[in-house]
Amino acid sequence: MPGSKEIRNKIKSVQNTRKITKAMEMVAASKMRKAQERMRAVRPYGEKIRNLAAHISHANPEYRHPYLIERDTSKGVGIIIITTDKGLCGGLNTNVQRLALNQMKEWESQGEKFEVCCIGNKGLGFMQRLGAKVVSQVTQLGDRPHLEKLIGVIKVMLDGYVENRFDRVVIFYTRFINTMKQETVMEQLLPLSGERLGSPEGTWDYIYEPEAKVVLDQALTRYIEAIILQALSENMASEQSARMVAMKAASDNAGDVIGELTLVYNKARQAAITKELSEIVGGAAAV
Amino acid sequence: MAHTIHVDVVSAEEAIYSGEAEFVVLPGEEGELGIYPKHTPLITRIKPGTVRVKPANGGEEELFFVAGGILEVQPNLVTVLADTAIRGHDLDEAKALEAQKRAKENLQDRTGKLEYAKAVSELAEAAAQIAAIRRLRQRR
Repeated sequence: MPGSKEIRNKIKSVQNTRKITKAMEMVAASKMRKAQERMRAVRPYGEKIRNLAAHISHANPEYRHPYLIERDTSKGVGIIIITTDKGLCGGLNTNVQRLALNQMKEWESQGEKFEVCCIGNKGLGFMQRLGAKVVSQVTQLGDRPHLEKLIGVIKVMLDGYVENRFDRVVIFYTRFINTMKQETVMEQLLPLSGERLGSPEGTWDYIYEPEAKVVLDQALTRYIEAIILQALSENMASEQSARMVAMKAASDNAGDVIGELTLVYNKARQAAITKELSEIVGGAAAV
Repeated sequence: MAHTIHVDVVSAEEAIYSGEAEFVVLPGEEGELGIYPKHTPLITRIKPGTVRVKPANGGEEELFFVAGGILEVQPNLVTVLADTAIRGHDLDEAKALEAQKRAKENLQDRTGKLEYAKAVSELAEAAAQIAAIRRLRQRR
């Protein structure tokens, strides 16, 4: 029975692969649930701090924070790209990278320069292969988005903006819509548009301690950090769902391959038996 | 309960507390603040310290540690936007420098890493060739 051992080995190996993808699918499913919860937990802070910042800037129109001022110098762009640390999550990272690359090409043709901040390993590798100027990076973020790890990288970008090294900051990440659907987006972080900040709910005549300016500075910085943290937690939820879907597809495909191989194997076996029988019969007839 | 005030304590990572209270004590930047219902509207920064909330239903006093943040007071609402990490100008600066350093180091490593990746792929190719040759020999 030529080749049957090879087919058996192949079936065995595909079965092992399926075991792994199945396990990864289940791990991703349970992590996804937690990631979604975390994503929701991040929201109230962002909403409250936005309202607060909107309120203060509304109440003190004479003070214009640098984050709120539109500059039209076209000095360059600060790019924050959020990707995952690990692979095997379908086209998630590729999509973010493609969007970033297309945008960068467009800006480059307009003569803009870039400084890149990478959150997550995959984007970092990509940007370095491109030869982009990576000014700050953070990787190995784990399953839980911690603001503490982001403070440094965000500050590099905010400082770059305030020091006028670039005149706007954009962020690329994958927005979570639902388990089956994630959307790659580019958002402008700085300058903060008045639209994004919105108008405050309710009007109170606040007392400020120490003074409005100081509080507004802090509130705006916190607001931007909250946006980035939110983006990161959405990216993490997207990562887990994309991985779950990709691994499910891989398990299904492995099942199909096993089915086909089993069919081939059985056919080969049957052919061998038939051949042997006809040889015996032929031999008996000759005698 | 006529004289209560709604208290929300949220941090960037999660909502820590939400409920009605009779009285709240907070570590304001300019000094400790005690807030009763119908307090005048106020926005201030807070220092690292403890927030004490006395719940409206007369339950046990709740304590939270906050690492600084912003406090917003309206007559019937107290919102504490707590920082999760201890912040300070120098500390933030140090973290920013660290992030930059990482990027620079990685850049220097880059050529090394690229060569390594190339070597690994060449090695894999050679190994595959050897395996193929061995298989061919076995067949004969």
